[in-house]
Amino acid sequence: MVIDMKAAKGTVFKFGDNVDTDVIIPARYLNSSDPAELASHCMEDIDKDFIHKVKQGDIIVADKNFGCGSSREHAPIAIKAAGVSCVIAETFARIFYRNAINIGLPIIECPQASKGIENGDEVEIDFDSGIIKNLTRGTQFKGQAFPEFMQKIIAAEGLINYINATGA
Amino acid sequence: MGMTMTQKILAAHAGLESVEAGQLIEADLDLVLGNDITSPVAIKEMEKMKVEGVFDKDKIALVPDHFVPNKDIKSAEHCKCVREFAHRNQITNYFEVGEMGIEHALLPEKGLTVAGDVVIGADSHTCTYGALGAFSTGVGSTDMAAGMATGKAWFKVPAAIRFNLIGKPSKWVSGKDVILHIIGMIGVDGALYKSMEFVGDGIKKLTMDDRFTIANMAIEAGGKNGIFPVDDLAIAYMKEHSRKTFTVYEADEDAVYDEEYTIDLSALRPTIAFPHLPENTKTIDEIAEDIPVDQVVIGSCTNGRIGDMRIAAKVMEGKHVAKGMRCIVIPATQSIYMQAMEEGLLKIFIEAGAIVSTPTCGPCLGGYMGILAEGERCVSTTNRNFVGRMGHVKSEIYLASPAVAAASAITGKISAPC
Repeated sequence: MVIDMKAAKGTVFKFGDNVDTDVIIPARYLNSSDPAELASHCMEDIDKDFIHKVKQGDIIVADKNFGCGSSREHAPIAIKAAGVSCVIAETFARIFYRNAINIGLPIIECPQASKGIENGDEVEIDFDSGIIKNLTRGTQFKGQAFPEFMQKIIAAEGLINYINATGA
Repeated sequence: MGMTMTQKILAAHAGLESVEAGQLIEADLDLVLGNDITSPVAIKEMEKMKVEGVFDKDKIALVPDHFVPNKDIKSAEHCKCVREFAHRNQITNYFEVGEMGIEHALLPEKGLTVAGDVVIGADSHTCTYGALGAFSTGVGSTDMAAGMATGKAWFKVPAAIRFNLIGKPSKWVSGKDVILHIIGMIGVDGALYKSMEFVGDGIKKLTMDDRFTIANMAIEAGGKNGIFPVDDLAIAYMKEHSRKTFTVYEADEDAVYDEEYTIDLSALRPTIAFPHLPENTKTIDEIAEDIPVDQVVIGSCTNGRIGDMRIAAKVMEGKHVAKGMRCIVIPATQSIYMQAMEEGLLKIFIEAGAIVSTPTCGPCLGGYMGILAEGERCVSTTNRNFVGRMGHVKSEIYLASPAVAAASAITGKISAPC
């Protein structure tokens, strides 16, 4: 799957503060590193129906410190393989932030959007401008636009492909 | 403008005279670490890269410790992947079962991390080595792959929070109580993206094991790293364990800190983090009700060192664990295991009705060797009490020091040591 780095559009799954990587992908499944298998358990310990409801392109919105805890890259891998097109949060834990970019999962810090978007809202994101539109409520927010190099990393499906492609 | 200790180490490794918070730099790495969970993903990524082997076979440490001895076939395949990669690339510091230990106890013990180093590890508790005055931080598998291939990593230079420790901790107060107190005070994102710099005369009253525990849990406050100044005790530790040359960096007098806290260690009490966040702390005196416990775990990268074993044994000596209690003691390395045996500590644990396991991260992350059932409660010297961390989503974890954990094993409820 190639992510269209211009925009994302989908239904929102809303979570609260401190969503940790243990609930994103519990360690009992870390004996696998297969993205599809990891995705099948994504968010299981916080919302066991998530994986049955999420559709390609859907969006996760959370409050502060999303992705805290373990450094497991399996967490953003599971979210991405579950079809999620972007994670918006008030703040991200730093290792998760790095990992998400490195594997090509778009993420945006935007406290206003985190407050102004509810579960089930339809949201559209323009990555060039950082504009987040809540189509359900007719509101919009300005998140941080992705710098060009980050857009390229995400378009290349991760840092390693990007390094290979650019010879950097 | 003055630099913090962390900023000075990063500047030196980026070939710069000075750096400031927020600056993006590329730094040379002294060590790249991975374990049996994170390394297979990194190895797969590295194999996609157009590079010939690793940047330096002596500067990579591969420590299968999470699900070893192999807990199932899939884990065995992961370990095999790491083992074969280590062999193929002639990695000097690959540690097989029998010579291994929990990575963050093992690396300082083997002398692989010293003051002034820049270390990345694909494990969030890599921040442990700050106890020796190194800059060390957790990363993911892709960063580990790039680090193994190039010997470099990019960093955003962190701002800092200074914790001025004063006074002397009372008898049953350890490094674990200090760090739980701090996390309770600033929250699980209180140090997000920042370095936590511990200073002050109170440090002299902390053992190296205390300091490793404190630096280890910087990540539980969201910190990028935790770091201590290098004093005589740290130098003695490094001289005993390492042949590597080390460099001592000191913060400038005019270094800039976002926040400063003074903590009087003599005022601290044994502290427990209640479910389901390390910031939900209470002192032992604030717990009025009886909290019955099904299992106690004493070990992990946070509290599996010899000092932790000694304290637990002191509390348990001549006593027996409560009826129905499962008490699991896990010395963090083979060397600690041996020392605990020679000192008679293992005998004390076994006579008290505890079990003693070979080094493993197993129960801390709900891998194996002590999984909790629905509704069960565990007092653990580990580092995270998130929902489902050690087993069933409806189980509960209370984080505590080895002294409180051992005392709770004896009484069957959360208890103060005496």
